[in-house]
Amino acid sequence: MERVFIGVTFLYLLSSAGYLSYLFLQKNALQQISAAILVTAFLGHTAAIGYNFFLAGHIPVRDLHEALSMVAWTLSGSYILSLNRFNLKILGAFAVPLTSLTMIASALLPHASIETQTNFRSIWLVFHILAVFIGEAAFALACGIGILYLFQEKAIKTKRRSFFYRRLPSLELLDASGYTCIVAGFTLMTIGLATGFVYAKLVWGKFLSWDPKEIWSAITWLIYAALIHERLTVGWRGRKAAILAIIGFCVVIFTFLGVNLFLKGHHGAFTRW
Amino acid sequence: MIDIVLLGLNHKTAPVALRECLAFSGDQVETALNDFRKYPHLSEMVLISTCNRVEILMAASDRSLAIQSAKEYISEIKGIPVSEFENALYTHVGEDAVRHVFRVASSLDSMVVGEPQILGQMKDAYLAATQKKTSGVILNRLLHKTFFIAKRVRTETGIGDHAVSISYAAIELGRKIFGSLEGKKVLLIGAGEMAELAVEHLIRNRSGDVFVANRTFERGMELAKRFKGRAARLEEISDCLKEVDIVISSTGAPGYILNRDQVKSVMRARKNRPVFFIDIAVPRDIDPEINRIGNAYVYDIDDLKNVIDENIEDRNREAVKAERMLDEAVIQFRKWFESLGVVPTIVALRTKMEQIAEFEVQKTLQSLKHLSEDDRQALQRMTQAMVNKILHDPTTYLKRNGCYGDKSTHIDITRKLFNLDEDTQN
Repeated sequence: MERVFIGVTFLYLLSSAGYLSYLFLQKNALQQISAAILVTAFLGHTAAIGYNFFLAGHIPVRDLHEALSMVAWTLSGSYILSLNRFNLKILGAFAVPLTSLTMIASALLPHASIETQTNFRSIWLVFHILAVFIGEAAFALACGIGILYLFQEKAIKTKRRSFFYRRLPSLELLDASGYTCIVAGFTLMTIGLATGFVYAKLVWGKFLSWDPKEIWSAITWLIYAALIHERLTVGWRGRKAAILAIIGFCVVIFTFLGVNLFLKGHHGAFTRW
Repeated sequence: MIDIVLLGLNHKTAPVALRECLAFSGDQVETALNDFRKYPHLSEMVLISTCNRVEILMAASDRSLAIQSAKEYISEIKGIPVSEFENALYTHVGEDAVRHVFRVASSLDSMVVGEPQILGQMKDAYLAATQKKTSGVILNRLLHKTFFIAKRVRTETGIGDHAVSISYAAIELGRKIFGSLEGKKVLLIGAGEMAELAVEHLIRNRSGDVFVANRTFERGMELAKRFKGRAARLEEISDCLKEVDIVISSTGAPGYILNRDQVKSVMRARKNRPVFFIDIAVPRDIDPEINRIGNAYVYDIDDLKNVIDENIEDRNREAVKAERMLDEAVIQFRKWFESLGVVPTIVALRTKMEQIAEFEVQKTLQSLKHLSEDDRQALQRMTQAMVNKILHDPTTYLKRNGCYGDKSTHIDITRKLFNLDEDTQN
């Protein structure tokens, strides 16, 4: 399995290089090759995670090594999906390098085999983990799109055709696809939190234990809820929405890693190394 | 030997007043193509006339005579003495003429480099010539090659990319903001040629309703009718702003028509949907401070001109690439043109026949091992004699035919009949 893991990391890196050169050279062939490599890497990665899932009997996120690999997997999967939906090819120059970095971080972390705990074998937990991870990947894409939006908006406002002006699509497309990512992420996040509560009730007998992870997740959820609400009522769009998507994702990263590293809580195990 | 001769004038060599006088209308082109038969030393002709250029492309056996008669003909049909336009004319012969035609069709010689109309105009001119049967082997080949290379230049270089007119530049910016312009509502404040052109471009891009606000309501009504839109009074602009996505302003007002507060207050009602202001007026109609409001974008005439300047620079850079492509095409065409000579054709024909004979003799000799050396030589002498006899009549025909009639047609047919151009094709 280690070999598959390294191979997948290598393919992700190759695809990143392809997307970055596409950003500079604007040759469509580069983009097509990079996408093909990315899909190959994703399929290999799926097989590896599936194999571990089969061995463990639950989703393999027992330590930080596995958790980050899972992050990379959902991120590349979400990007491939978004490519079908909005055809935002240039986003690859953000999403794929991010995937690669996550994979490298994962590869550098030690990985000891951990005995399986039986209470991890719950269908609620499967939904909880999948929904949260994919939701966070969608937020990551929204953040990337937000960054692209800010570049393009600046180019148009300052009337200087910067490096990005030609390369990026229209503001409207960026804004709309960013919003779609946020709605998708928010929906999944809501499902993730709900299934998490159900699982907590089953295992610990109570829905909420005021654990820091739970509190920060609620904060993240509220930020995105506010973003969606404001957009629907007073029309927070464009620059404001883009900035909020970036801030939101920073909070997501803190909730995912920071809380476990700086604060204690019952998700501690999965960022252990 | 026939030469390709080109005589013409364009926007660089002749002022507009002269170009107007010398331009050929559709009927005049037909007359000229009919009259062409009166000049026996001209074997082929195509006449291209647009508002920026007149080009007479000829295949002629005597180049100076061709140039002379073309000048006289223009003078005669237009009623202007030769001396009045002679200085504005340029003449190109042979390879220079080929290159010039390629450059014109690829829009490298245009007033606005990369403009797309010229290719269509040349195609029309060629069509007229083929209908009158005034173009023959040489010009047919030249123009087919020209259309091919012009298309290649357009697709493989960025020569036609990005707008070089104010109204197109505005449309392009609109696309960068809105993506598609379909269904976007437009408000035209004031009137003016450039502004109206911009609205027409928008309508062609399937924009939505058009509102027209004008100081004189009647004039506004007229314009609104033309754009199938609605007229509004200047006081109603703020209300319109709640709906429209693109505002084009071009009034003669001394101060700003729209200020920052007016726009800021409607942004909430618009739910912050983006709005694009195009200010073509001098002095400006739209407060540049509006550009600082979120989701509002203001471009004035200078901003648009800057965009265009940058685009023109880009096109000029691409034109260098295009010139390189033309170099190749000119060389290819020269190879074909040179092969049209009598001697190269006879040589090619003989070589082909001898190769076939030699190949067949060798094949036969291999299965006839019992033959003596003398027998073998006799066989080879016989095939050689056959080749000579077969080629005798065609060779004399081609040589003699050079004295009268259109030699290139016969040579071209010979080359096609015996497939002599297998490896020199495009």
